[in-house]
Amino acid sequence: MSKRLFAIVSVLVLASFILAACGPSTPAYTCTDKIGCVTIKPGEPVHIAYGLVVAGPNETLGIDSRNGIEIAIADAGGKILGHDIKFDGQDTGCSAETGQAAATKLAADPTIIGVVGTSCSSEARVGMPLMSKAGFVVVSPSNTAVDLTEAGNANNYPGYLRTAHNDKVQGAKAAEYAYNVLGIRKAATINDGSIYADGLQKVFAENFKKLGGTITAQSAVDPNQTDMSSVLADIAAGSPELIYLPIFQPAGPFIILQAPKTPGLETVKLMGADGLFSPDVVTAAGDSIEGFKVSSPLVTGAAYDAFVQKYTTKFGKAPISIFHAHAYDAFNMIKAGIEKVAVQQADGTLIIPRQALRDALYATKDFQGLTGVLGCTPTGDCANPVIGIYEYHKGQYPPTLIFPTQ
Amino acid sequence: MLRTWRQRVTLTDLFVWSIGIFIGIMLIVGFYRAFFVPPYNAKYSYYTWADLIVKGLALGGVYALIAMGYTLVYGILRMINFAHSEVFMSGPFTAVFLANWLAKAGYYEKYPFLCLILVALLSMAVSMTIAILLERIAYRPLRTAPRLVPLITAIGASFFLIYTFRGLYGSGMFAYPSIPALDGSWTLFGVFELYKTQVVVIAFAVIMMMILFYIVQKTKIGKAMRAVSEDKEAAALMGIDVDRIIVFTFALGGISAGAAGVLYALQFPIVNAFMGFVPGLKAFTAAVLGGIGSVPGAFLGAMILGVLESLGPNLFLDPLNIPNPAQLKDGIAFLILVFILIFRPSGILGERGTQTKV
Repeated sequence: MSKRLFAIVSVLVLASFILAACGPSTPAYTCTDKIGCVTIKPGEPVHIAYGLVVAGPNETLGIDSRNGIEIAIADAGGKILGHDIKFDGQDTGCSAETGQAAATKLAADPTIIGVVGTSCSSEARVGMPLMSKAGFVVVSPSNTAVDLTEAGNANNYPGYLRTAHNDKVQGAKAAEYAYNVLGIRKAATINDGSIYADGLQKVFAENFKKLGGTITAQSAVDPNQTDMSSVLADIAAGSPELIYLPIFQPAGPFIILQAPKTPGLETVKLMGADGLFSPDVVTAAGDSIEGFKVSSPLVTGAAYDAFVQKYTTKFGKAPISIFHAHAYDAFNMIKAGIEKVAVQQADGTLIIPRQALRDALYATKDFQGLTGVLGCTPTGDCANPVIGIYEYHKGQYPPTLIFPTQ
Repeated sequence: MLRTWRQRVTLTDLFVWSIGIFIGIMLIVGFYRAFFVPPYNAKYSYYTWADLIVKGLALGGVYALIAMGYTLVYGILRMINFAHSEVFMSGPFTAVFLANWLAKAGYYEKYPFLCLILVALLSMAVSMTIAILLERIAYRPLRTAPRLVPLITAIGASFFLIYTFRGLYGSGMFAYPSIPALDGSWTLFGVFELYKTQVVVIAFAVIMMMILFYIVQKTKIGKAMRAVSEDKEAAALMGIDVDRIIVFTFALGGISAGAAGVLYALQFPIVNAFMGFVPGLKAFTAAVLGGIGSVPGAFLGAMILGVLESLGPNLFLDPLNIPNPAQLKDGIAFLILVFILIFRPSGILGERGTQTKV
């Protein structure tokens, strides 16, 4: 009895194998792409993901970028080449550990074609090996660390581009402003150990020294440190006129609060960078924020003003950080790239070859974006950067532009 | 005598002592250089040292109030309440909303001290509630379980509370409004600035500690607490309601943690769901340093830890040419703890060779 049962079962199994092998006919297009192709059947969405800081102390940075992307999706009508856009993503937390966790989750999803991210350079440094291997294109709206697009640098991965400025420009501008406009001759820097802060303070120090100033100290703090008294005492011993702190929250506001209370630093000027461009800094630092300067990208133009109008109407308040326009441009770059390289089949199936998409993005030239006319270098720098210096006043956000004066 | 000593001392003891001696040498060399060897001794002025000491005392006051919770609970239940750092966090994290509402309504300028007291009362009430709930839900059912079980429960409760508060209030940061009446400083000797917030923090901490010490030593319920911590069964036989005393102990720990929260927020006005972890750990360290189970020990240990943490990087690490010593601020505090525990394992004011009761 069991032998007959076995025979029947094995015949059925063999039959099912044969039937499965004779499945639907293979598509007419054979994928010859180096990395692979993503096949999107009619009715399936085009999956673009984000890897941004949308929770935690620096959430304004990522939420602002995500809002910019949502406006871009709305402007595109919610579709690319007739397919709906599926937009979701992971919170990257602005640190290496959380960035790696988020990148792992993103890299495990083969339906993702492109990622707009990351927010913080420290996330990109550990996340890019995973996302690059997964074949994605990653366009960052706010990574600014020099390493990520430097030719031959270990942190420069294929598939990575950015619409944000390179810190070589930001650090130089900050040093120029401090030396020429403020008349500072002695400065100290504080970084938080991240690739962004460390790189930016190095660029600042180099440029400041080249202009003729002296750097009295280059110290570091832990990003979650609350008590800054020992690092401030250390810096006070060198009597600088300016402290450059290109760091994030909450370390930045703590230094702004505690520096005026440190003996020797009562009148020292403080300058930060784009990581401290957020309304949370104003509420956190209270009265001590008066006169705090930040360097940040400067975006102007009629198209940008119209974008800000759309943003305020859609989200109920003015932009909460500075990289929304860069995120808008990043999404549109990916969309333009997909429209250029995608192969449309007769039945409506879309096939997107990954390496071709990357090549198309790296070859972007004369792309009209909100942040300017973008053109990408072979290593991924696409921005046309203009850096401005802004000054905070008590209770007021955004800070006012003070250099270059318009 | 040498022979009995050689029999008692093991290889592990020698290894541990050599670590302790190494740390001790490092501390002594750093200290000596900071004051007597140029160019190190010219780097910081006396006012910087004095300022760092005052800041350390203010920090120590906060740690002392949090350490009270650890030490009282350990005394009564022989258990480390790891969730106490979240009891500490819950107070100021809730009171920040009241503080911001009061500031927006303009009361902060008109009645600063009344507002401060209101905020402190809310913080203490919330912390006390969380502490009592913890005892009732997480610890009471496990009173008779083996020692490891309430410990793990405490860690689980800690994570539960952090993420509950994060979900309730949001994951961003919230800031306390600054109090105009507490801005500024008094100038001593024409040069040294004594900041008003620091004076308020130290004064408040000392007053709270004196009140707590009075309650534990001079009142009837304090006597009952000490009786229960000495021998639970005998105290029950004497007619003491052990459960009520334990709840009272947790409540007392919660109140002092809530007060500590407001004092911490006066110095570091940015609060979020994760703010309790590091101060809680440091306060636990302070309680162990001073001798866990002893109330004056908690106070002494906390003050010492606060001052050492404040002075440590500049006094010990900087003269040894260690780069970026400020990043090792936590490290130096724990290193000194290790150093003291190697040579005096029961803490400074702890009893030597105490038989721990099961």
